[in-house]
Amino acid sequence: MPGLKQLAQREELMAGGHRACAGCLPMTAMRQMLLTAGRDTVCGCATGCVEVVTTIYPYTAWRTPFIHNAFENSAATISGAEAAYRSLRRQGKIDRKINFIALGGDGGTYDIGLQSLSGAMERGHNMLYLCYDNEAYMNTGIQRSGGTPKGTATSTTPVGKVIPGKKQFPKPLTEIMIAHNIPYVAQATPGFPKDLSDKVEKALEIEGPAFMNVLTPCTRGWRYPMEESMEIARLAVDTCFWPVFEVEHGKLRITRKPKEKQPVEEWLKRQGRFRHLFEDQNRHIIDEIQADVDRNWAWLLKREELAQS
Amino acid sequence: MGRRLILTGNDAAAEAMRQIDPDVVAAFPITPQTELMHKFAQHVADGDVKAEFVLVESEHSAMSATVGAAAAGARAMTATSANGLALMWEIVYIAASSRLPIVMPVVNRALSGPINIHCDHSDTMGCRDSGWLQIYSENAQEVYDNVLQAIRIAEHPDVLLPVMVTFDGFILSHTAEILEGLEDPVVRKWVGDYESKYTLLNTDEPVTYGPLDLQDYYFEHKRQQIEAMRNAPKVVRDVGKAYGEISGRSYDLLEAYELEGATRVIVALGSTAGTAKAVVDEMRAAGEAVGLLKIRCFRPFPEAEIAEKLSRAKAVAVLDRSVSFGAPGGPVHKEIKAALYGTGCDIGLVNYIYGLGGRDVSMDHIRQAFTDLTTIAREGTPSDGVRFLGLRD
Amino acid sequence: MKERAWTEIPIGGVIEDAGNAHSYETGSWRTYRPIWNEETCIHCLRCWVACPDSSILLEDGKLTGIDYEHCKGCGICAFECPVDPKAIEMKLETDVSER
Repeated sequence: MPGLKQLAQREELMAGGHRACAGCLPMTAMRQMLLTAGRDTVCGCATGCVEVVTTIYPYTAWRTPFIHNAFENSAATISGAEAAYRSLRRQGKIDRKINFIALGGDGGTYDIGLQSLSGAMERGHNMLYLCYDNEAYMNTGIQRSGGTPKGTATSTTPVGKVIPGKKQFPKPLTEIMIAHNIPYVAQATPGFPKDLSDKVEKALEIEGPAFMNVLTPCTRGWRYPMEESMEIARLAVDTCFWPVFEVEHGKLRITRKPKEKQPVEEWLKRQGRFRHLFEDQNRHIIDEIQADVDRNWAWLLKREELAQS
Repeated sequence: MGRRLILTGNDAAAEAMRQIDPDVVAAFPITPQTELMHKFAQHVADGDVKAEFVLVESEHSAMSATVGAAAAGARAMTATSANGLALMWEIVYIAASSRLPIVMPVVNRALSGPINIHCDHSDTMGCRDSGWLQIYSENAQEVYDNVLQAIRIAEHPDVLLPVMVTFDGFILSHTAEILEGLEDPVVRKWVGDYESKYTLLNTDEPVTYGPLDLQDYYFEHKRQQIEAMRNAPKVVRDVGKAYGEISGRSYDLLEAYELEGATRVIVALGSTAGTAKAVVDEMRAAGEAVGLLKIRCFRPFPEAEIAEKLSRAKAVAVLDRSVSFGAPGGPVHKEIKAALYGTGCDIGLVNYIYGLGGRDVSMDHIRQAFTDLTTIAREGTPSDGVRFLGLRD
Repeated sequence: MKERAWTEIPIGGVIEDAGNAHSYETGSWRTYRPIWNEETCIHCLRCWVACPDSSILLEDGKLTGIDYEHCKGCGICAFECPVDPKAIEMKLETDVSER
């Protein structure tokens, strides 16, 4: 597995000059992913921030083959490209090993693209689906998605006189993908680059479908100072809001345990989208989020223990 | 030269697909297209074909996977009907604008709602402006022949657009007919190998497909699509002629049936053209100057050729198997009217909406239309320019 | 880039020149400029691996500078820099006149 020193020897496959916001961590995730995957990689991306900012005609930031089709079909599109590869390879028309990666934001993955993702995983294509989860529809202006945390203020769940942000907990997408019984599922974040890179490498090595859910802080949507992007990502892990783990052939392993599990407040308070939760009447929402985090963390530890036994 | 086969329309399309042996086929079940893919699935199961068979979870994904496969340099096909076509609508446009030469048999079926599984043309007529070529088939022989020709048309460097080969649900898809098939090596040679200029799998020369195309270039890309459509009629004709050389069956954009000296003409697409031919034969035998103009290629619309073919008629009835709600007539009628505009011809024109949701169209209905045309030839275009055949009043 | 006619561009919206975003300048978006200090830099690569704009320049795994054509001045690099004093400092563009 490559460390930073090894990655630094590799080819930079994401060109600068893309139009992402300053401090965009989804783009950092893309870079880390491409450095790991290498140039023999075909990527497809759902409509969304990454797709828009990297491919404004006549410019493309991708130094690797890239396709954007539509919002809800990144997985189906890449499954077609992978099927083409299998067919042409069987016919002896191509011999090199090529990686296939479908990408989507949380909107394109949790919501509108879930069916396409589920179908591609069920069919067993040899591909990685990587969701860059920035917890709302950022490209269209920060609307809530099925992946938006409870209590979040978004454009469609604004904080009002009677409603304090998003009412629901997010859909447990990673768990849904684990339930597909595919060979590899992982959670990661570019805040821990080696962890992300190791997982991308493993996901591409393993034969069959792999899914990665990658938390990618968004300075605009989450409302924190842009230079803090990496720290916000790490804090999500250290509060166990976003545990980084992998499930390889059904065996769960937590790849990074915080030295000291911090209260989720420490993560929430750094972001403007949760500011209202710190008002007295909304404090109970923080308690609910904390309870959810604790339950989830305990359950992960339990499953890791089971996997080791 | 050929093999005598007894096949339904679906079987004929599947047989053509077996012989083409595409690299990738995506499939999702929808009546009445289902049996086409059952047949193809059997070929996959028997190892008759090399295609990767991608059994997707929706038509939206069927077209999406086909786009992904075609962008990866594969010859890729799928097939659908009605609501399935409607579900893939968004990607139908993307396939065309990405200039991917996908060939898709569409078994015509009425669009919901209310839900109906039988034939009309509301599905394919609905996406007539999607940038796909549309070739309508009269019988199982034409289904077979059109699918084989569509590959050459779509992949022609002057075209590079996707092609729908349409045929009437149940009427053609589920009815067995005798037809002549080509030998496998003949078809292999006919379709040749597909070499795409831009492929995702060429990691040495990486390309980006599907960029965000804004005010500065979107228009230019649309103009390119228009140009490809303008190039298409010649290619459709050339391919139809070349196909005649290997099969003995040549094809053109249109088929003029007994138009010589015909004063009363019916325009039809699909299987109804066959019914109309029988009526024309019968009436011609009785000395009546009637004829049929069959539109085979609806997209691109052969406007000048149609105007020329109709120029000597006195009265024309256009048969539409779909509705264009709120518009003055069905889609075929409107286009014919536009084609005649400015040609200086004096033709009485009437539109018949017929056969919606699979309502049977009989020889009697066609006879009735020809009878109406006698009056229209004398009195000109009637005030009730849109009429209904086979509707209970 | 000169705007081209419809006859002069590849069909299908395909972009042939992979990575040509490199010729698009985004450096002018910057309010703060990262200034790299070669003397104090320990080449830990934390700035490089975090940069969303591929703007930390390396040669043979070592920092050589910052790509001001593309750096948008987010300041992640300086924030991540673990040395004290930092090997990357953010300075107001208006205070750093030369390009």
